[in-house]
Amino acid sequence: MSEERIKKFEARRQQLGQMSDEQLKNRFWELCDQIVEPMVDYGRKYTSQSIERSVLLRMGIDSVTSQGVVSRINEAGLLGKGAGHVVLKVAQKNKVDLRAAAKSINEDKAALEGLF
Amino acid sequence: MQKLDIKKKIDIEEILNDLENYHPRRKGWTWRENVDGGYKVGKFHFHDMTKPLKNSVPLPAAKYFNNIDPQPQPVITTEIASGRFEDDIRRMRMAAWHGADHIMVIRTTGQSHIDGLLEGSPEGTGGVPITRKQIRASRKACDLIEDEVGRKINFHSYVSGVAGPEVAVLFAEEGINGAHQDPQYNVLYRNVNMYRSFTDAASAKKVMSDAGIFQIDGAHNANATAKEGWSVMPELLVQHGINCAFSAAIGMPKSQIGLSTVPPCAPPAPKMWYDLPYAVALRDIFSEYKFRAQQNTRYIESDIEEATRTHVIDTMISALTSADIQSTITPDEGRNVPWHYNNIRGIETAKQTLVALDGFKQLVKIDRDGPLGEMVRDIKERAICFLEEMVESGGYFAAVEKGFFVDSAKYPERNGDGIARDGKGGVGAGSIIERDADYMAPVCSVFGHNHLPAGLNKPCDPIDGCTLCKPEKIAYIDEIDQTDNCNLRLAKTVEYRKGNMIKPEAEWAGDGTVLIQLFVPEEIEVAKVAAKEIAKKMGLLDPEVINAQVMHPSEGTFVEVKGKVDFAIDRTTLKIPPKEEMLSEEEIREGIKKIGLKVVAGTVGEDEHSVGLREILDIKHGGIEKYGVKYHYLGTSVPISKMVDAAIETGAEAILISTIISHNDVHRKNMRKLDELCREKGIRDKVMIMCGGTQVTREIARECGMDDGFGRGTKGIQVVNSMVKLLKEKKRI
Repeated sequence: MSEERIKKFEARRQQLGQMSDEQLKNRFWELCDQIVEPMVDYGRKYTSQSIERSVLLRMGIDSVTSQGVVSRINEAGLLGKGAGHVVLKVAQKNKVDLRAAAKSINEDKAALEGLF
Repeated sequence: MQKLDIKKKIDIEEILNDLENYHPRRKGWTWRENVDGGYKVGKFHFHDMTKPLKNSVPLPAAKYFNNIDPQPQPVITTEIASGRFEDDIRRMRMAAWHGADHIMVIRTTGQSHIDGLLEGSPEGTGGVPITRKQIRASRKACDLIEDEVGRKINFHSYVSGVAGPEVAVLFAEEGINGAHQDPQYNVLYRNVNMYRSFTDAASAKKVMSDAGIFQIDGAHNANATAKEGWSVMPELLVQHGINCAFSAAIGMPKSQIGLSTVPPCAPPAPKMWYDLPYAVALRDIFSEYKFRAQQNTRYIESDIEEATRTHVIDTMISALTSADIQSTITPDEGRNVPWHYNNIRGIETAKQTLVALDGFKQLVKIDRDGPLGEMVRDIKERAICFLEEMVESGGYFAAVEKGFFVDSAKYPERNGDGIARDGKGGVGAGSIIERDADYMAPVCSVFGHNHLPAGLNKPCDPIDGCTLCKPEKIAYIDEIDQTDNCNLRLAKTVEYRKGNMIKPEAEWAGDGTVLIQLFVPEEIEVAKVAAKEIAKKMGLLDPEVINAQVMHPSEGTFVEVKGKVDFAIDRTTLKIPPKEEMLSEEEIREGIKKIGLKVVAGTVGEDEHSVGLREILDIKHGGIEKYGVKYHYLGTSVPISKMVDAAIETGAEAILISTIISHNDVHRKNMRKLDELCREKGIRDKVMIMCGGTQVTREIARECGMDDGFGRGTKGIQVVNSMVKLLKEKKRI
């Protein structure tokens, strides 16, 4: 395996040997861009509890409350909707402000029912 | 908050006051300001220096150069994190005065594994717990400090670990100017699950990008971790490339992305044959990105001087190639958590080197035609082959699973000691969740799929503005832990910071830490134990040998011992010698004219030093002649008796002797002899006798019978001032 790897390396290297410095640079970036594309896709399509807490922070909800709220939303299977989305829905439904909505999610298990 | 008073210590309690209502006055990174056409100061024309500071401490030799303090092109970084931000703030002020404008705060051990934000001001270990309160207070202090020195300060910390997105938002809200962010660092060194790490990083980078936070990557950790840092150079290019390409794909401007790069080798290896081609290869490939040049930490030991020497060479590589930011490593990092004055030493190493190498690239050129060109090419080709093999193996995630990274062999060889991570394992494994089609986050700076209602001006319209647009909406938590916070710590040190008690410190107010240096004429093992006993007998608590260097296997050892003192000195009991009150030039000239002051002068003993005394005498150097004194100069190696005879012959009112050599206390002997001889000859009452020299002080001179004595740096006016005052006392004028 190792020998095979070294052989492949030598072959690759021979090809690169034909290239100018500028071409080498372009090749480097072409490969990097290709490699990161799947990672960027993860960033577009997925979320995490930390990302969702960071949304709630931006909505003016403190870090301690956000921790509980995002856990609750995750347990309720609603994280894919976006925690900010959920808190906004609760606020609209109960006609309270965002902080009060977040608090109610932490305190009342029923707060997350029937939102979507 | 009032502006700082140079004559007063920064008031930490005042900074903490009303912190809940503080908001940063700007966001984003600031580079140094160039001076068009170069910077002219004193007799020098600098090519690459930037706008000077309003207040600063110049390099030690500046007094010979009209106290100029040229500021090099790169931003200079210092890392300050003692575990107590309230003490770090004082160090930040000292650092800014010496030329640092990028202050980096390392996080407390373990913070990267905490899934969420910390709050309040608990004490840290090896760093500061990064909380809203701690960074807000530090940023507020930096505002005051930057006004004092007259240059913007960039405040920096880390957006990594499992709470990256939240930390990024916190930093954006609080006006943090720079941050490390590199998902590969989480994966390789913090064992955060790789999918989680990249998903979070995309969100964090978007927030940083919009807030103008300058990003630094974490690739340099590979050469701090691998056994042979210089062997992993191809991989380092790959790691930089991945973070740069990933960040750019998220939308971060390339001018906001910095490579954290370290010259990977160190003497006694032939460092330049590794580090220079590496530096050149990097700058070729990453020409559109910024460079944060770090100094080597991998091989520094407990010897401060050794670290400094390597760091000078590292900084020279920056000057030979390029650096947008020159980072500094405190030279004591190899032996303890950095101490106050070692941050300053690190900064001065960078400043001194870069000032000396001003315009260096106009004088010397990198020769690519020789072996360097071949080595540069070799690194680039290996890096590209590394990337091609990654693609062939199934991409990044697969490559990490197979242990491609941080293998200490030079690619393509493998030692099998790389860091392999399981895609299903690590901290936060299985914790990412696919966004639904109706996923929504009604705030600004969101990356990725976000199903917002149509027709909005801003993503945060549904909530009438997010905290990034309306800072008054930020939820501030002051303290959570009533037993571990800065208020309790500050109460314990108030007498040292604001009262009359003086206690030495290395990191924290009142820590009492001191360092003693000694040569022990014994072999190293004996010397270390002996040094510790000596420190104990000197009264030091918890003495610990932190450095020992063999001078010769049996002749002796240089040892450094740290320890603590358990006492403080009461300022009110100190007798501070009053600052000499100077007569006006007019009064001096008048007094000299009245008596027609004549002096005889010479360097006595077997001593050929003449420069110091000539400067005291000659009109050209602003010497005593300028004020109307007539002098008779007898030269060097003058016998004391000849000085006295000359004074009698010429009717001089004073004898000025210079004695530079102090071997076996010969300077003291000369002074005593002059006093005795003047008494024997019966002229002591009529003649003033004064002595100058590098080892002379007023106290020593008076002990030895002189009327006055002068040390290093004395000017002619101080000597005439003293003579005229004495004549007035004796009522002779």
